Amino acid sequence: MARFGMVIDTRKCVGCMDCVVACKTENNVPEGYNRDWIVTTVNGKYPTLNLEIQSQRCNHCDNTPCVACCPTGASHIHDVGAVVLVEHNMCIGCKACLAACPYDARFIHPEGYADKCTFCIHRVEKGELPACVAVCPTHCMSFGDLDDPESDVSRLIVSRKNHQLLTEAGTSPRIYYLV
Amino acid sequence: MNHISRRKFLRISGFTVGAVAAASGIGPVLKGAKRINDKRIKGIQKIPTFCDVCFWKCGAIAYLNDGKLWKIEGNPEDPLSKGRLCPRGTGGIGAHFDPDRLRSPLIRTKARGKEEWKEVTWDEALDYIAVKMNKIKTQYGPEAVALFAHGIGGNFIKHTINAFGSQNFAAPSFSQCRGPRDVGFELTYGEAIGSPERTDIENSKCLVLIGSHLGENMHNSQVQEFAEAVQKDAVIIVVDPRFSVAASKAKYYLPIKPGTDIALLLAWMNVIVKEKLYDVDYVTKYGFGFEQFESEINDYTPEWAYPETGIDPDLIRLTAREMSKNKPSTLIHPGRHTSWYGDDAQRSRAIALINALMGSWGRKGGFFYPTKYSVPDYPYPAYPEFKKPKVDNPDKKYPFASEEITTGIRSATITGNPYPIKGWVVCATNLMNALPDQAETTKAIQNLDLMVVIDVIPSEIAGWADVVLPESVYLERYDDLHSSPFKEKFLGIRQPVVESPNDQKPNWWIAKKLADKLGVGNYFPWKDIEEYLEFRLTKIGSSLDELKKKGIIHGQKVPIFFEEGIEPKFDTPSGKIEFYSTQLQQAGFDPVPKYKKPEQPPPGYFRLLFGRSPVHSFSRTQSNRILMDMMEENEIWVNSDIAQKYGLKNAQHVKLKNQDGVVSNKIKVKVTERIRTDCVYMVHGFGHNSRMLKGAFGKGASDAQLITKYVNDPLMGGTGMNVNFVTFETEV
Amino acid sequence: MQELTTTRHNPFIDPFTSVWGWEIPVYLFLGGLVAGLMIITGYFILKGKHKNPDSIVHYVPFLSIIFLTIGMFTLFLDLNHKLFVWRLYTTFQITSPMSWGSWILLLVYPALIANILIDPPQILINTFNVVSKWSRVINSKESFMNNIGFLNIIFGILLGVYTGVLLSTMGARPLWNSSVLWLLFLVSGLSTAAAFGHMVAKDVDEREFLAKSDNIFLISEFVVIILMLVGLMSSSQAHIQSAQLLLGGPFTAPFWVFVVGMGIIVPLFIQLLAVNHKIKHTPVAPLLVITGGLVLRFVIVYAGQFSHYINAHFQ
Ligand SMILES: Nc1nc2c(c(=O)[nH]1)N[C@H]1C(S)=C(S)[C@@H](COP(=O)(O)OP(=O)(O)OC[C@H]3O[C@@H](n4cnc5c(=O)[nH]c(N)nc54)[C@H](O)[C@@H]3O)O[C@H]1N2
Ligand SMILES: Nc1nc2c(c(=O)[nH]1)N[C@H]1C(S)=C(S)[C@@H](COP(=O)(O)OP(=O)(O)OC[C@H]3O[C@@H](n4cnc5c(=O)[nH]c(N)nc54)[C@H](O)[C@@H]3O)O[C@H]1N2
Ligand code: SF4
Ligand code: SF4
Ligand code: SF4
Ligand code: SF4
Ligand code: SF4
Ligand SMILES: [Mo]
Repeated sequence: MARFGMVIDTRKCVGCMDCVVACKTENNVPEGYNRDWIVTTVNGKYPTLNLEIQSQRCNHCDNTPCVACCPTGASHIHDVGAVVLVEHNMCIGCKACLAACPYDARFIHPEGYADKCTFCIHRVEKGELPACVAVCPTHCMSFGDLDDPESDVSRLIVSRKNHQLLTEAGTSPRIYYLV
Repeated sequence: MNHISRRKFLRISGFTVGAVAAASGIGPVLKGAKRINDKRIKGIQKIPTFCDVCFWKCGAIAYLNDGKLWKIEGNPEDPLSKGRLCPRGTGGIGAHFDPDRLRSPLIRTKARGKEEWKEVTWDEALDYIAVKMNKIKTQYGPEAVALFAHGIGGNFIKHTINAFGSQNFAAPSFSQCRGPRDVGFELTYGEAIGSPERTDIENSKCLVLIGSHLGENMHNSQVQEFAEAVQKDAVIIVVDPRFSVAASKAKYYLPIKPGTDIALLLAWMNVIVKEKLYDVDYVTKYGFGFEQFESEINDYTPEWAYPETGIDPDLIRLTAREMSKNKPSTLIHPGRHTSWYGDDAQRSRAIALINALMGSWGRKGGFFYPTKYSVPDYPYPAYPEFKKPKVDNPDKKYPFASEEITTGIRSATITGNPYPIKGWVVCATNLMNALPDQAETTKAIQNLDLMVVIDVIPSEIAGWADVVLPESVYLERYDDLHSSPFKEKFLGIRQPVVESPNDQKPNWWIAKKLADKLGVGNYFPWKDIEEYLEFRLTKIGSSLDELKKKGIIHGQKVPIFFEEGIEPKFDTPSGKIEFYSTQLQQAGFDPVPKYKKPEQPPPGYFRLLFGRSPVHSFSRTQSNRILMDMMEENEIWVNSDIAQKYGLKNAQHVKLKNQDGVVSNKIKVKVTERIRTDCVYMVHGFGHNSRMLKGAFGKGASDAQLITKYVNDPLMGGTGMNVNFVTFETEV
Repeated sequence: MQELTTTRHNPFIDPFTSVWGWEIPVYLFLGGLVAGLMIITGYFILKGKHKNPDSIVHYVPFLSIIFLTIGMFTLFLDLNHKLFVWRLYTTFQITSPMSWGSWILLLVYPALIANILIDPPQILINTFNVVSKWSRVINSKESFMNNIGFLNIIFGILLGVYTGVLLSTMGARPLWNSSVLWLLFLVSGLSTAAAFGHMVAKDVDEREFLAKSDNIFLISEFVVIILMLVGLMSSSQAHIQSAQLLLGGPFTAPFWVFVVGMGIIVPLFIQLLAVNHKIKHTPVAPLLVITGGLVLRFVIVYAGQFSHYINAHFQ
């Protein structure tokens, strides 16, 4: 079974937020909410600086505290690609999953249910790339099956230095940042 | 004497009928917009068009879901977007939904600038305008009506104004933007850079960015190519007083003191010439006046440049050698918004010259020779004879101005010299935020008998109008055909994707209707724009139907580099690349660029710099709710040492006061290491003070408001605007 | 210098996580209180105190069920998708403390009701005619009584532990992620319950007993707090930072003043004097304990949400 993940090249990412805008229109994310976002870290003293820009979103973790804590089973792992999803009609809006996610990837949709990145599974199931990946003008994002050693993502992980976010939280996140 | 302005657009390429049928890979799902008026078609519809959130004009495909505008994506057939829009383009649908939009024509009821209006019908509004315009015509002559317009939407209005008898037209894209650069390059190579820039970034092995903040400046193809260059490990050199996003991708970052770039460029050239690092063949073959040039730059050593620029001489040498190592694929980017300090055409010339030393003009990884799909014009009747010369540049005060100068029209409006200007038609340009010195603009407006603004939102300039005309946004209208000079020939169409929500009208309709009212309706012989487009398209063996379906058609591939067979010809007086410019010398200017120290901020003041946010275009997108969600206010970047010294905390609000005592809106402080200590920085376009712009009103501060001072470029009349100094007012 | 900026600005999440407002701490507090009351009344039943008509066993269970219902209601108020609340009971999610919690609550009710039926208040007898019949059945056999006492203790412990486990399983929030949080909430529940009993007890011996037990609970609570802080301080950087929220950070004052000072030390001191008959028993100490217990839930819930693996508190 496939296990979808993303690889994002921070060397190429310019922090333009196109990924955020595209997610917004593709998924009708309401005004005031974002499923993905940009984190910029600056280290050093002018003019010797180091800047890393990351496009962040739900990491579709292998170890999912958000799914584990959900009292209704609304948060679940989808059959396709082991993508972590929320079934809106089962969610009671208790926000346990929001608190449980170390990445703060979830939010409460104004209609009341927990919402977050879906890896655009509705597109992926049609053979398209997620909206954020497809729009990125720097082509810095790759999406694919981490279990397939031949996939772009697997190859990039092997060939380039990379890191994941907050591995110490024990979630085994599936988004890799190339440095 | 003015060689360059005569030779503009010399190299327009022909078209090839055979290529029109080029296969489109988009497949049958693409539909031309049907009659969108009658019924909402169920399901997903994809309609090709092109983006208008900035002037890059990327090919796009709009998606409707059950007849409602859903999203917009890049058209993969489009060479500019290659299927990916920039964030502003992606968020462009927000322009259609913007609740602050203008809904119907308005006529002012109170004093100018008071934003008090009554809603009127189009007939009333256009009658009002026509009566006033004709009155101005009888009293002062037709040329007393001037047009300011920016972008493709102005084409038809311009036609109406020309037909009316005035050729006084200007856009901020020249004297506030790329004018200095284009003039600097025309003086050197006989050709301008143009838009989109003719830079082959993707193949360059060494890319030097002087200010150009690619990645924040989101001109789509350039950012895509920039990322490709990064991926290919091109050597990137960034010169900027601010640690831009591009700087973070650079191998060398040169934290230059603002306004001293010419010193750096001269020092680079000095090293390159002295160490014979230049392309000797190229320079010998194509260069003119190299010996004079060589002796002129003899003294500008890196050690000389060091105290001026603050850049370590070793770093200057090292980067000069890096550039040379990668020649001719070394691209010293010409920049775009180059109206910085008033010596800008000369700085651009220095950039042109260092490129010449690298031999990058006409070479892969340097500058290509753009090609363009040419479509015959519509055969209009000849315009009436213009009895007076254009008003903006009397007596060729700026001898090398190759386009019209906005501030020239403005000063003529104030002084009445060389002749009075009594009417302004302003289309798709927010002059309040685009021109320096707002007080001068309002002073000019007070001299007018008629002020018309055609806009989509209640912009600041609309607030000063007697009549405001609401235009449909780009997703709701046809526009003129789009063919840009680029790496390949292509032709694009904009077509309505959705209907205008209220009584907004497309510019072609406004232009035609106004022409009717003015009694020059014979200049619009076509019934509607579809007829106009069909007429032009049949001339190239295509049809409106084809364009509506495909969005873009391609022309035949042609050579664009010397390597591919372009003949190296230069439209300069010498026919060569002018290292030494006799044109400049004869006009009393430096034939080889010289450096002049920029004025320094008084103690306690900081130079105000400004630039772009990737999610906004100028002052036009701040009320677009999608883009507003990405960034709703700008911040003032302050170096952390300075912040500490002045007790400024991150996210604290301050006001900025400039050297003339003008105080800004309140703005959040961004305490950062990413900027020098002698300047501050903000994103242009915020700080709206039009109350009707509910989403954007009062959010952030306006750089334009603080730019009360500007320095005219003596060569071409550009307005250097990086010459204002601000200090902090913390009581807010 | 390190600068960190984010473009996310989701409500509840930014500038720092605050998904739970007052409802959850109130719910956790009431849950803990009821848990404590159940354990204490259960113990009293096993000890045969129900034979004393003045015992709290006769009226506290009814108050407990009211508290619990208020608690459940505040929990309900917190839900953002209220119409779907029934989804809690169409499934049991074994890994979810909240699912456990909702089922435990369901089991707590029968135990409490049985407890109430030992001596149902008049109003219940008047409204439901089965009540007196069942009451008679329950009172007919001592073994029923023992089972009720036993059940109350068991479900009380489950309930009390659950209020802590709910938070401590959230690995993402280092402050909650402590192995003794369940104990802290259990002990705190017991101390507030004892304080409450102390305040409402009619029987002098019972009151004395509850005051003494409360002192033991308060001392234990203090020890557990120290244990928890020591545990956090000797863990990862994130845990150390989270403990610092209570040790010099923004939550230090309410924690040490209201929870430890006014909620433990001061009442402990007063009650020590009272049980040693130096002063009279007054509601002052119990009220302080109860307030301390409530503030504890607020501080832990709020500070815990604030605690984070990355120092991502953006302005
Ligand atoms: N997202 C977005 N993209 C845009 C636009 C937009 O509105 N939004 N507008 C488009 C248009 S029309 C234009 S003209 C371009 C403008 O974009 P550019 O041509 O890239 O404009 P600059 O003025 O070079 O950009 C400002 C940068 O110059 C630096 N700078 C300021 N002073 C100096 C100096 O003295 N020396 C040096 N070396 N650097 C300096 C500033 O720190 C800042 O990083 O952007 C285009 N792209
Ligand atoms: N202070 C300062 N001044 C600058 C710059 C700067 O960075 N700082 N940048 C300079 C540069 S590089 C440039 S290119 C210019 C840009 O200057 P402008 O082109 O004037 O840019 P905007 O400020 O966006 O104003 C555009 C106006 O057109 C309106 N508009 C948008 N779409 C449509 C449409 O479809 N139809 C009609 N009728 N109107 C429309 C918008 O609402 C807005 O009022 O500004 C220049 N001036
Ligand atoms: S769209 Fe691509 S380049 Fe832009 S911020 Fe997102 S990941 Fe980075
Ligand atoms: S990132 Fe958060 S929401 Fe997404 S799977 Fe991991 S824990 Fe769950
Ligand atoms: S908010 Fe919804 S998805 Fe999240 S834990 Fe509660 S019920 Fe599950
Ligand atoms: S994968 Fe889809 S849902 Fe997730 S951030 Fe990207 S666009 Fe949004
Ligand atoms: S660069 Fe961006 S805003 Fe400009 S035309 Fe292209 S997509 Fe539109
Ligand atoms: Mo521009």
